[in-house]
Amino acid sequence: MMDSKKVLDTILAIGKRIEEEKDFLTELDNVIGDGDHGINMARGFHMVAEKLAPLEGKDIGTLLKTTGMTLVSTVGGASGPLYGTAFMKAGMVMAGKEEMSLTDFFACMDAAIEGVKMRGKGDKGEKTMLDAMIPALDAMKSSADGGAGAKEVLKAGVQSAKEGVEYTKTIIATKGRASYVGERSIGHQDPGATSFTDMLEVICQAL
Amino acid sequence: MVGIVIVSHSAMLAQGVVDLTRMMAADCPIAAAGGLDDGSFGTSYEKIMNAIEDVHGPDGVAVLMDMGSAVMTTEMVLEDLPYTDVKMVDCPIAEGAVAATIASVGRLDLDSVIADALAAKDMQKF
Repeated sequence: MMDSKKVLDTILAIGKRIEEEKDFLTELDNVIGDGDHGINMARGFHMVAEKLAPLEGKDIGTLLKTTGMTLVSTVGGASGPLYGTAFMKAGMVMAGKEEMSLTDFFACMDAAIEGVKMRGKGDKGEKTMLDAMIPALDAMKSSADGGAGAKEVLKAGVQSAKEGVEYTKTIIATKGRASYVGERSIGHQDPGATSFTDMLEVICQAL
Repeated sequence: MVGIVIVSHSAMLAQGVVDLTRMMAADCPIAAAGGLDDGSFGTSYEKIMNAIEDVHGPDGVAVLMDMGSAVMTTEMVLEDLPYTDVKMVDCPIAEGAVAATIASVGRLDLDSVIADALAAKDMQKF
C-alpha cells in the first residue's frame, strides 16, 4: 500500500490539510469545546513537518512514533495526548518496517483505536473521534473482506467516517470538554471526529 | 517533604494556586506547570516534566491537574518518568493544593498527603 517515503509524504499532506481546515475545526470546537482544536492541531503538525524532515529514509515505525511524540509535546490540548497516543501505537506496530500493507494499516488503526480508548477512557457513542474511527475501520475491514483494493477500501472508510461525523451531531457529548455543554451539544458535529475524517481522506487521496 | 505540582491550562491559574498555598505552607516544594510556552492556554508535556523534576525528592510528588489534556498529558509524563513515587490526585485543584501542601510541610508521607488532598473533594463549604 505505501512505502516509507509515501508514509512521510502522507503525514506532511495531513499537516497541510489540517492547516487548511484549521479555522473550521476551531469554529466547531468553539461551539461545544474550548475552541482550540484547529489551532492546536495545526501547531502540532507544523512541528511534525520540522521533525520529520531529517528522517527521510527511516522506517515507518520511526516516522509514526516521531509524529506521535511531537503531537504530545506540541499540541497542548486533548488532541495532543489522543492523536499522539494513536500515532505512537501505530508506530509500535510498524517498528522496523519499510513497507505498509493494507493488513498493516488495519493493525495500525486497531492499535490507534485501542490507544485512544485507553488514553481518553472512552468508547464509541460519546461524541468523540472514536465515532468516526471505529465505524471507518469496520467498513474498511468488510470492504477488504469483499475483495476490494486499497483505494476502494479507503474510500469505504472515508464514507463511513463521514457518516460517523454526521452521527456525532445526533448525540450528547459525555466525554471531554464538550460534556460540560451536555444536551446543548446536540446538533453540532464533533471536531475530533471531523479531523480524523480529514486525515483518512488524505490517506485515501495518497493511494 | 512531598513535592506538589499544579497542572493547569492556564499559566496564571497554576501560578495562582501555587501562590495561594504559600499562605499556609510557605516551605512546601511546589511547582506550577500552566499553559503553553507561547503563553496560550493548554498543557505542556515539557513543563509538567520539568515541574516534577524540580520538586522531586526522596518523599515523592503529588500532581494535581485541572481537566482534559491536563490529566492525559500528565498521565503520559508519568508513563515516561522512571519514578514510582509520583502520583496523580483526583481532587479540586485549589482546595486540594492547600490541603496537600499543609500535609507536606507537616512531614506526612505521600499516601497521607494524597489522602488529605482527596478529602478536599468532600469538604463542605457552608
